[in-house]
Amino acid sequence: MADIVWRAHGGVRRSTRAWRVRTSAVIVAAVVLAVLVVPPLVNLDEQAVDLAAKLRPPSLAHPFGTDDVGRDLLLRCVYGLRVSLLVGVVAAVVATVIGTAVGALAAASGGWVDRIVMRLVDIFSSVPHLLLGIFIVAMFRPGVWPVVVSVALTHWLSTARIVRAEVLSLRSRPYVDAAISGGASRLRVAVRHLLPGVLPQAGLAAVLMVPHAIWHESALSFLGLGLPTHQASLGTLVQSARGSLLAGDWWPTLFPGLFIIVPTLAIAGLAGAWRERINPRRRSELML
Amino acid sequence: MLELRAITAGYDRRAPVFRSVDLTLAPGESVGLLGPSGCGKSTLARVAALLHRPDAGQLVIDGEVARGWRHRAPREQRTAFGVVFQQPRLSADPRLALRDLVAEPLRAVGRSSEVADLVPELAARVGLGKDLMGRRPHEVSDGQLQRACLARALVLRPRWLVCDEMTAMLDASTTAALVHVVEEYRRESGAGMLAVGHDRVLLERWCDRTVRWEELVAG
Repeated sequence: MADIVWRAHGGVRRSTRAWRVRTSAVIVAAVVLAVLVVPPLVNLDEQAVDLAAKLRPPSLAHPFGTDDVGRDLLLRCVYGLRVSLLVGVVAAVVATVIGTAVGALAAASGGWVDRIVMRLVDIFSSVPHLLLGIFIVAMFRPGVWPVVVSVALTHWLSTARIVRAEVLSLRSRPYVDAAISGGASRLRVAVRHLLPGVLPQAGLAAVLMVPHAIWHESALSFLGLGLPTHQASLGTLVQSARGSLLAGDWWPTLFPGLFIIVPTLAIAGLAGAWRERINPRRRSELML
Repeated sequence: MLELRAITAGYDRRAPVFRSVDLTLAPGESVGLLGPSGCGKSTLARVAALLHRPDAGQLVIDGEVARGWRHRAPREQRTAFGVVFQQPRLSADPRLALRDLVAEPLRAVGRSSEVADLVPELAARVGLGKDLMGRRPHEVSDGQLQRACLARALVLRPRWLVCDEMTAMLDASTTAALVHVVEEYRRESGAGMLAVGHDRVLLERWCDRTVRWEELVAG
């Protein structure tokens, strides 16, 4: 009678997760390939104006249609993605480096340094970061670098918190005691034992921040504060399409919009899978 | 001579784990400290090894009064102690191979040139083969890892050994082997030892004298 068969539950969920990871990987690979390979290969001018062919709906010659001065939207989307991705990756890396440094410093110093630094982080966090970002870009002439600086300076806060918590937990491990007893200096303990422990967390935070940074670039450009309008980025494309959308022309808004959403969701999907690997207990949704 | 004078220590100043404890170890003496778990004997051992700053009291190491604990203690004072902890898993950095684990103190004090000679010698002494020394902590057993931790504690030739429940996780044969290694080292170097544990039979056979925790706190 002891014919009980124990079954694992959740098999269906796991297969959808694997499917999501695979799709995300394919999309991210396609995006990276597109932005790296297409521009040097085709050698076309994405800013070429053709007033005779303005606001054409999607066709074989222009798969995504043309905008209000006759520029090919597919080409502008690819170039725009290139700029947005550059801004996103650089801003995410800079923000992660700042956050890791601040978090590690706070945790390693402890005492009043820790208290003051973390209260400053709290104060910065209490201001909506898009508002703070707008304030920072407004101080500069429009361009790529002010946007990078703005996004980076407003996004290191959560990384600082994560890294601080991680360092505090690692610092109380007996192997740090053993290192101190073995004559290791503060610097040696930090570099040899603490830093390698927080790097996976910091790397994950950086990857998760890339889509978020892209969204911020788009938001700033959409508000007219980010990149100059002639420079194609996903934000400027959506911004300049607003006028034609009211006239019933949907393609200048739809395609750049999809270019913002699909790649960022794909990057977030991959990062989520990575997080489940290093921290399986925290089943999570996409964190943007 | 290792003197703990009127030590009060804990993790919250308002509620210390113990107050005003005195303990003196003569040069080269081995003392076993017996007590139930959670009584504070490990905290006392950590104070003695300069790893935990007491709230009050004085620690005198071979006639020198300790002025700071952890990184605030001078390096020569810290390395005068070899410490072996209860749980080898937690006291070994999971990213270091056993070879690097044992070599780490030599590298930390700038004696990297001696790694090639000393590490194999210590590995042989604690009974770890060459192949095991290349493995990382998760690839060896608790007993093998504790052997490596003991080798790490001995590599700088400390004047004092502090063994905090060193054998609590180990089987009888590994316990015997590690105690033998410690005793051999003490015989040739004249180092003193503070062994903390709750195994009365083991500590009474191992140490010159044993002290019960209740006597320390009452006295």
